[in-house]
Amino acid sequence: MRDPNYAFAYLDERTKRMIRRAILKAVAIPGYQVPFGSREMPLPYGWGTGGIQVTAAILGPRDVLKVIDQGADDTVNAVNIRRFFERTAGVATTERTRDATIIQTRHRIPETPLTERQIIVYQVPVPEPLQRLEPREAETRRMHALADYGLMHVKLYEDVARYGHVSTTYDYPVLVNGRYVMAPSPIPKFDNPKMHMNPALQLFGAGREKRIYAVPPYTSVESLAFEDHPFEAQRWHKPCALCGAADSFLDEVVTDDRGGRMFVCSDTDYCGERRQRKEAA
Amino acid sequence: MSAPLLSAAGLCKRYGERLALADVGFDLWPGEVLAVVGESGSGKTTLLNCVSARLRPDAGTVRFLTRHEGQQDLFALSEAQRRMLARTDWGFVHQNPAEGLRMNVSAGANVGERLMALGERHYGRIRGAAADWLMRVEMDAARIDESPQTFSGGMRQRLQIARNLVTRPRLVFMDEPTSGLDVSVQARLLDLLRGLTRDLGLAAIVVTHDLAVARLLAHRMLVMKDGRAVEQGLTDQVLDDPQHPYSQLLVSSVLQP
Repeated sequence: MRDPNYAFAYLDERTKRMIRRAILKAVAIPGYQVPFGSREMPLPYGWGTGGIQVTAAILGPRDVLKVIDQGADDTVNAVNIRRFFERTAGVATTERTRDATIIQTRHRIPETPLTERQIIVYQVPVPEPLQRLEPREAETRRMHALADYGLMHVKLYEDVARYGHVSTTYDYPVLVNGRYVMAPSPIPKFDNPKMHMNPALQLFGAGREKRIYAVPPYTSVESLAFEDHPFEAQRWHKPCALCGAADSFLDEVVTDDRGGRMFVCSDTDYCGERRQRKEAA
Repeated sequence: MSAPLLSAAGLCKRYGERLALADVGFDLWPGEVLAVVGESGSGKTTLLNCVSARLRPDAGTVRFLTRHEGQQDLFALSEAQRRMLARTDWGFVHQNPAEGLRMNVSAGANVGERLMALGERHYGRIRGAAADWLMRVEMDAARIDESPQTFSGGMRQRLQIARNLVTRPRLVFMDEPTSGLDVSVQARLLDLLRGLTRDLGLAAIVVTHDLAVARLLAHRMLVMKDGRAVEQGLTDQVLDDPQHPYSQLLVSSVLQP
C-alpha cells in the first residue's frame, strides 16, 4: 500500500518534469542518447536506477506495472523494484505481460508480443555502443553526430575473421531508424528482432551514465551485420522442458551434480501461462 | 592547365608567443609529390597539419580541388565534409605507424576500416580488397588475420600505407614516413612509395628531414626555416643549386658517401 510520506512514485515533480523532457527529446530523435540529471536513488547503481527514474516519470495512478529481471518476475531485482513502486506510488502490479501497461525490464523482452498501449522500460548499464571500441566520450559523440560508424563494423569484421561469425550474443548493436547506432541494453540478441517495428514505446534509462534514449512505436531497428554474414538469433535444439515452447529464449538449469540439466523458458510468465492452458485443456 | 589540387596561401600559426608558421603558401598539382624539408622545429609538421585540416591556422586559406564541387576552402567546409574528404580522397601516413593503425585489430580490419566507414557491408569483398592491398604493398596476404603488433616496423609502415590507399585517394600526406626504419627497409619502402605514386597518379606532401627521401620521391621541394618557406623549386634545382643561405647549409651538411 502507498506510503503517504513519499511523493508519488518517489521523485519530486520537478525531477519528473526534467526526465519527461529528456524522454520527449529521446522519442523525437530515435536512438539518440539524451543526457539527463540522474538522481540518487535508494538503491545502488547497477540495480536499475536509470530504469526506475524513467518508470517513476511516466507512471500514473491507474497504470499496471510489471517488473522482470532476466525474464523472471520473482528474482531479487524485480521483486525489489516492484515493491518500491507499490510502496511509493501504490500502483497495481502484475506478473502477466498482457495486463501490464508499463513493463520495466532488465535483460529481456517478454515473449508475449507487446501492444500499442504498453511501454517497456529497459535498465541500461552502458548506453554507449561504441564505448568498448573508443573510450573517449567526446569522440564517440562526434562519431554519432557524423554517423561515422566504420569502427563498429571493424569490430564485427574482427569477429568474423576470428570466429567465423559475430561473437556478440547480448547487447548486440542496432541501427535505429536508419540513423543512430544504439546499445539495446544487455538483452540477448534473440530479442533484437522483437524491437523492430514494435507497437510499444521502448524507453531506455541509464542512471549511472545519466542517459535516456528511446525507440518510438513502429520504428525500424536493424541489427548490424554483413550482407554475406547476416544477423542470426540464438537457437536451441530442444523445446522448453516445462511448457514445450520451441519459440522462446531458454535458460540452462543444472538439476544435479552429475551433469543433469534442463532448458526452460527464461520468461516465467510466458512459461506459466502455457502450462496453465495445457492443464486446462 | 587545370586548377591546382591543393593551394595554400598566407598560412600563419602561433602557439602562444611562438610563431610556428609565418605566411607560408604553395600550390600542389594533381600527381605531384612535394617534399617539405627543414630542421626540427622549423614548422614542417605544423604546415602539414594545417593543410590536412587537422589544425586550424590562425590566418590564411587552404583550398582543395574536390571531385565534384571544384575548389573548396577546407575550413569553410563542415566537419562532416572534412571527415569525408579525409577518409576518401586523402590519406595520412604517420611517422609512427602505431598512431595511424589500430594496433588491437587484425591487418585485414585495418585495411578494411575505410571501406566499412564508407558503407561497404559485404565481408567477402572487404576481405578481398584487404588481401589485394596487402599484396600491392608487398606484404604476405597470409598475414591478413594477424595483429600489427606482431609486425616489424617496416611492415607496419606498409600496412599503414595500404590502409590509406584502399579508397584510392588523390592526395596523401606523409609525416616522416621512413625515419623510424633502418636504411635497407627505408630503401624498399621508398621504392614502393615511388611506384605507388606513379602508378596511381597520387599527389603527395612528404615532410622529411632526410634530403635523400626528397631527392628520390619528390618533384618539388619547399625548404622551411623558423616557420618560413625560404626556398621553393624543383627538387634537383634546389638540391644541386641552392639559392638561400639556409638551403646551402642544409645541402652541404649532408655526408656524401
